Amino acid sequence: MFRKLEPSTREVSILVSGQRVEVPANANLACALLAAGVQLTRVSPVSGAPRLPYCMMGVCFDCLATIDGIPNRQTCLESVREGMIVEIQDGKAQYMHEASLGDYE
Amino acid sequence: MKDAHVNLAIIGAGPAGMSAALRAKQFGLSVAVFDEQPTPGGQIYRDVMRSRSQKLQHVLGADYAAGKNIAQPFLDAGIDYYPGSTVWRVAPGELSWTSKSGSGELLADRILAATGAMERPFPIGGWTLPGVMTAGAAQILLKLDGVVADDAVFIGCGPLLYLIVNQYLEAGVKVRALLDTAPGTNWFRAAKHVAGALCSPSYLMKGLKLLSNIQSSGVPYYSGVESVRIMGTTKVAGVHWNDGRRDFSLECENVFLHQGIIPNINLTMAARCDHHWDDLQACFRPVVDPFGRTSCDWLVCAGDGAGIVGARSAALSGEIAALAIMHDLGFLKAADFRRETVPLLRLRRKDQRIRPFLDARYLPLARFRSPTDPQVTICRCEEVRREEISRALSEGCPGPNQFKSFTRAGMGPCQGRMCGNTVVESFCADTGSSPDAVGYYRLRMPVKPVTIAEIGGL
Amino acid sequence: MDPKSPDFVVVGGGTVGAAIAYGLARNGLSVMLLDEGDIAHRAARGNFGNIWVQGKGHNNPAYADLTRAAANSWASYANELQAETEIDLHFRRPGAFYLCFTHEDFQKRTAMMRAIDRAASVSSPFEILDGSELRKRLAGVGPSIVGATFSPDDGTANPLHLLRALILAFQRRGGAYRPRCKLLSFRPEGMGYTLETTDGVTAGSRIVLAAGLANKELAAIAGINAPVRPVRGQVLVTEKLAPFLDYGTNFIRQTVEGGCIIGESSEEAGFDDGTTLPILRETARRAAQAFPILKHARVVRSWGALRIMTPDGIPVYEESSQLPGVYAVSVHSGVTLAPFHSSALVEKLIQGRLGGDLAPFSSRRFNVQKA
Repeated sequence: MFRKLEPSTREVSILVSGQRVEVPANANLACALLAAGVQLTRVSPVSGAPRLPYCMMGVCFDCLATIDGIPNRQTCLESVREGMIVEIQDGKAQYMHEASLGDYE
Repeated sequence: MKDAHVNLAIIGAGPAGMSAALRAKQFGLSVAVFDEQPTPGGQIYRDVMRSRSQKLQHVLGADYAAGKNIAQPFLDAGIDYYPGSTVWRVAPGELSWTSKSGSGELLADRILAATGAMERPFPIGGWTLPGVMTAGAAQILLKLDGVVADDAVFIGCGPLLYLIVNQYLEAGVKVRALLDTAPGTNWFRAAKHVAGALCSPSYLMKGLKLLSNIQSSGVPYYSGVESVRIMGTTKVAGVHWNDGRRDFSLECENVFLHQGIIPNINLTMAARCDHHWDDLQACFRPVVDPFGRTSCDWLVCAGDGAGIVGARSAALSGEIAALAIMHDLGFLKAADFRRETVPLLRLRRKDQRIRPFLDARYLPLARFRSPTDPQVTICRCEEVRREEISRALSEGCPGPNQFKSFTRAGMGPCQGRMCGNTVVESFCADTGSSPDAVGYYRLRMPVKPVTIAEIGGL
Repeated sequence: MDPKSPDFVVVGGGTVGAAIAYGLARNGLSVMLLDEGDIAHRAARGNFGNIWVQGKGHNNPAYADLTRAAANSWASYANELQAETEIDLHFRRPGAFYLCFTHEDFQKRTAMMRAIDRAASVSSPFEILDGSELRKRLAGVGPSIVGATFSPDDGTANPLHLLRALILAFQRRGGAYRPRCKLLSFRPEGMGYTLETTDGVTAGSRIVLAAGLANKELAAIAGINAPVRPVRGQVLVTEKLAPFLDYGTNFIRQTVEGGCIIGESSEEAGFDDGTTLPILRETARRAAQAFPILKHARVVRSWGALRIMTPDGIPVYEESSQLPGVYAVSVHSGVTLAPFHSSALVEKLIQGRLGGDLAPFSSRRFNVQKA
């Protein structure tokens, strides 16, 4: 189990798989997820195996999650923001037809 | 982007990139620095400018805090600095970058790749399970937010591994065990480099102290570990290992792996400059002259990305590379270039005296670089197992690129970073060829995955 | 000459050479397949994987027929190779849309499809769909697409699995696969040929040159005019996406694994197989216009692949008149035509005659044009 050596001075709340989680303001997202006891950030699109962050430096791509609706984001390169919505990256990336259409032209 | 053209574009804001930027800026070059992280420091000085409690500063140590001596001047120098941005394409005289706040192209007379190192892949049974991370990741968690894991098992060898265990002990975090895989036979290999190591007494003393601290701490320490397997189905349940005499096992939830670091070569490989295999460090590195010039006249490489040298030499290499670039671009006369670089080269030579000893002492066992267990996953993204290499070879597969085509190894989002070395060394193990003969994945743009919109400039 | 020397030496371990070598071996002949090493101009590894019928053979009914017949035998071919190798070729034949971005394009396309259909003797149905009809048939098409043609005969396969299966099936049928063995030259000796390679000298009774871009020089040794040139195509591949594209299209294909392969560019760039920003940019823009859902999809790889192009884009199947038993095969549609290369072409090679219905593919057509 991961834990923080010291309490945070200021926290923001983010939504992780539908659960409200208090995390340190400006924290690295992968770090915050691990410290919050998250057991899974990604399910492999190949075999369905569970994964968590591995390298923490942007090279392994095992920390992928869906952030604010955008799939396959590297959580280890992401800083938390109040209200951020994080969901498990469940296999292949799913983009929404409607959302993209609205966004385009 | 203020200008669409600079004299020097630097990729990476670690010790090499920051030092190069400072030198170049000081001599009047226009410089832009791109870095993936939100704050400068690279991995060694990751988030070094963050304000921390006395206790955490103490845990992380003085060598880490020394990074402020580069990062603060770097931030103060008015350098065009693009944190949180990814350079996804380099080409002669230009690059493409993207970030949350924008993207674009930049023309640059020279590009300096200061892309640093990554931890050597350590493919063993169970290494993809949740709960397994690299030792470097454990240290990054500590640097980022003082996050630690109780009762973790550390496995592998090398200075970084012993350092993070010491930092855990300093922080009062209970360490379940350290399984040291440094091969006893490496002492013979390292013996001939002892004289050089003795010329670097401070490094040597620090290293010895790290190990003696661990051994006197009461942390269970197992040396001569020859095979390891991480147990568990959906997360880590424990570790099994063997030291050549008997089997051991223990239960745990977190495992941190480390087998040294290797250059992060995706960008230089994609730029198609020449690379060669470094036998001592067991990795590919770009072919560079003492000033970091590659075989491409527009691309220079400094720091660990050009071969592992450590933070202090990386910073020196950055300065040296910046001076060479200024010289080549006509900003510095030959005599001034010599005068400026000679002392830096001397300092770097001195700093590197310990390196051959470290490389030899902590060269991982062959089986940790190319697994013998056919079931071990070698490509984490596409979940390709070791046995696929033997199978492809039995079909006459001529090398890593055809292997990639046939199995998808290296086709996932990490773009071969986590399997490249293993595939090469496994081809060598199965065929008896040299890594230079086997070659590497033929990498292309984008250097990091970027969206269709980003490529399209939409 | 060594009595153990093979009946055929096939030169080129790409899709074309491997398909021919496999076909010959399956017919009980002794065959050696010479291949280059790991790094080569290997169109087989840069291939898009379309089994493409519609629009092919404009002004050349023989090519239209060849393509249509090959596509029609792909299903049984895929089954056969899977039975030989246990490799799933990911063959699918859901039909494909050719997407038109402008009304002018759409009109031209329509006229061309009708003209080909009138001239060809192997029938291949197609539909012409205006914007609103297209949107009923194909979800997610962006507003810039004005219309499309659809052919139910178009399909897709995994070109990498195909290559692997061919090389494996070839060996399982007794063939000798020789990688890192690039052909440098050959000369007649006794009843056959001596071949000089980068891995020593070898021999064979007959030679099939299927060496892609190297055919230009190699075929010339036998007096065959095979004026192939590289035409570069730049291709992007995305991360694995949840299935959204059930059909093929002319420039975007979603693979079974989930990634989208995107590419349609065609450039004269010599032997440079690199990628360039203007082409990647244009390709990405058109992909996002065709399917806006792709806008935020991440690209994990890109490459430049060199097509093996004849002056008229039509294959060359030619037998040397100077050196009997030497044949040249130069094709850029190695995937679509693979069933033909493994069976009908092989039968003709065994008989030693490439005339008859292959006469339209003789490279002598280029000499006539010159004269």
